[in-house]
Amino acid sequence: MTPAAAHALLARLLAGVAPEVDLDAVDPTASFTEEARLDSLDFLNLMNALRDEAGIDVPERDYPLLQTVEGFVDYVASHGVGGA
Amino acid sequence: MVPNLVVPTVGDYEAARAAFSWADARAGLDGLPGGRGLNIAHEAVDRHTAGPGRDRVALRWLRRDGSVTAATYGDLARATNRFANALRDLAVGRGDRVVTLLGRVPELYVTVLGVLKNRGVACPLFAAYGPEPVRRRLALSGGRVLVTTPALYRRTVAPVRHELPDLEHVVLVGGDGGPGSGGREAGAGGSGTGEPDPGRGGPVLAFDRLLAAASDRFTIPPTDPEDRALLHFTSGTTGAPKGALHVHEAVVAHHATGAVALDLHPDDVFWCTADPGWVTGVSYGLVAPLAHGVTTIVDEGDLDAARWYRILEEQRVTVWYTAPTALRMLMRAGADLARAHDLSRLRFVASVGEPLGPEVVVWGREALGVPVHDTWWQTETGGIMVANLAGAEVRPGSMGRPLPGVEAAVLARGPDGRAAVAPDGAVEPVDAPGVAGELALRPGWPSMFRGYLHDEARYRACFAGGWYLTGDVVRRDADGWLWFVGRADDVITTAGHLVGPSEVESALLAHPAVAEAGAIGVPDPVVGEVVTAFVTLGPGHAPSEELRRHLLGFARRRLGPAVAPRAIAFDQDLPHTTSGKIVRRLLRARARAADPHGSREGPGP
Repeated sequence: MTPAAAHALLARLLAGVAPEVDLDAVDPTASFTEEARLDSLDFLNLMNALRDEAGIDVPERDYPLLQTVEGFVDYVASHGVGGA
Repeated sequence: MVPNLVVPTVGDYEAARAAFSWADARAGLDGLPGGRGLNIAHEAVDRHTAGPGRDRVALRWLRRDGSVTAATYGDLARATNRFANALRDLAVGRGDRVVTLLGRVPELYVTVLGVLKNRGVACPLFAAYGPEPVRRRLALSGGRVLVTTPALYRRTVAPVRHELPDLEHVVLVGGDGGPGSGGREAGAGGSGTGEPDPGRGGPVLAFDRLLAAASDRFTIPPTDPEDRALLHFTSGTTGAPKGALHVHEAVVAHHATGAVALDLHPDDVFWCTADPGWVTGVSYGLVAPLAHGVTTIVDEGDLDAARWYRILEEQRVTVWYTAPTALRMLMRAGADLARAHDLSRLRFVASVGEPLGPEVVVWGREALGVPVHDTWWQTETGGIMVANLAGAEVRPGSMGRPLPGVEAAVLARGPDGRAAVAPDGAVEPVDAPGVAGELALRPGWPSMFRGYLHDEARYRACFAGGWYLTGDVVRRDADGWLWFVGRADDVITTAGHLVGPSEVESALLAHPAVAEAGAIGVPDPVVGEVVTAFVTLGPGHAPSEELRRHLLGFARRRLGPAVAPRAIAFDQDLPHTTSGKIVRRLLRARARAADPHGSREGPGP
């Protein structure tokens, strides 16, 4: 998956979990909890949505790698299949 | 220290109950020198500084950026003296409310203890609250001082500061380029008012400058054990949040229950994962362990399974107090992750906030090497009342037994599900085992709340026939263990904290498309209950996925993730009473019927 596709996927998933977040206004290097005001349950729901809607099942030990927009995009771009 | 050689504080339950008295428990504390009363901050901090405890680490903060900040009891005494002096310089004194809206940063702990030294009332608010819950609680608290961060201030408080006439001083921690990082605040220790800055909500002060300008010597003034000390907000089914007031005498219960229910011993390293925005994070994340002089770990970050195991291992945590939701999240991460860490120091694990399923107790034995001990208490009780105790049998799924010094009863219920109260005020304790009734406690324990702020009627309504009525329905088994059955009201328990349905509903009703809203908790295997709202749209609005998401975002912006619904469903036919009120009980039944597999296993026998 290209980084642009991963970013678009994140935007789509966030719209389901936390529709109030304006992804373009979020500092891509700050954690979702700090910057986008997600709590740990929101993050869990984001991971579940990633599994259910994009087929990417992230093991819990990798969760810290996806805590920022940048980290999420990097991880999904290198782990996701196809153009999604 | 060899964990297995630590003798549990309570060996024989019946003997401990018979021998216990609150007067003896009080004797375990020092009191202010010269018989000047009892102050929580003296017991938690200053009394340790007379001896070798002075150089012991009191608090060790694991910061978000990976760094570690540690404060010895001596450091903490000086920093809290400075904050107490700073408050005095601002002419903030006895009984004045000081509110914090902060993450688990060192400044939060310094503020709370400094306020207590100055005989003010500390009111920590959860930083994940959105602007609406913050505004309501700040207004109700009558807080004269707010300590928060520039980002939280800008986002949550500045827009509504003009609606908070009691709020005189805003103190900002750290700088991120927002207000507070500039140099124009009033000189610390000066008049206390900065230059007006209406564009940003009003004048602000800088925490570091206030502290730097204040003396590190402070003598705690005479403190009556009944002086108000802590204000914690909790939620009811209807109406405004309830501000439960606690007094300095509560420290007697915090100290005693720290030993009896959490098995604290002098050499322990203790970690309480609760945020001080909830009562647990103050009673047991701050007061109880400090009163015992042990080292307490504070993790500034959010739940992360791998990091949490690393903390348990690297910090050599011996006693751990956490929540069922957190434990269930760890369970999801698998026992292998736990076994990859050396948790051999861990001697005692306890949990609070919602019913602890038997499967978690069993998992604890396998993954952590120790069972998880459920404890039960509430904001109003101020401290642990019922628990599975160290050194006693753990009954998986049970809340445990009343602590020494706590008299509990199960009261027969009336048609509304609450304890039946006769016209003369009498209630009827049920002695037969296995019968569900409302859990009641005999007033007299030191950490009992002394009132709801500005709401004497609601406070009085909590008592009947000489009992405090908890609102929780329980069963007692033949041996005296209590088993949680459910709430007697409509309050939602999610991720270990209470959410008032009316607070959720009123936020949704502020949207022009919403004609009616009903909020309930829908059972969930991880967080206990998920806040779920059913919404009836007004004329001219049609249900759509776009509108559903819009409402979700609308509610989250106002309420913050801790309170906002995670799910919204449209329902043009909400169930009503004849007087037009929404029947949340029927909403819950509908939700169960729609998702029969969503319900968790019942905790009862």
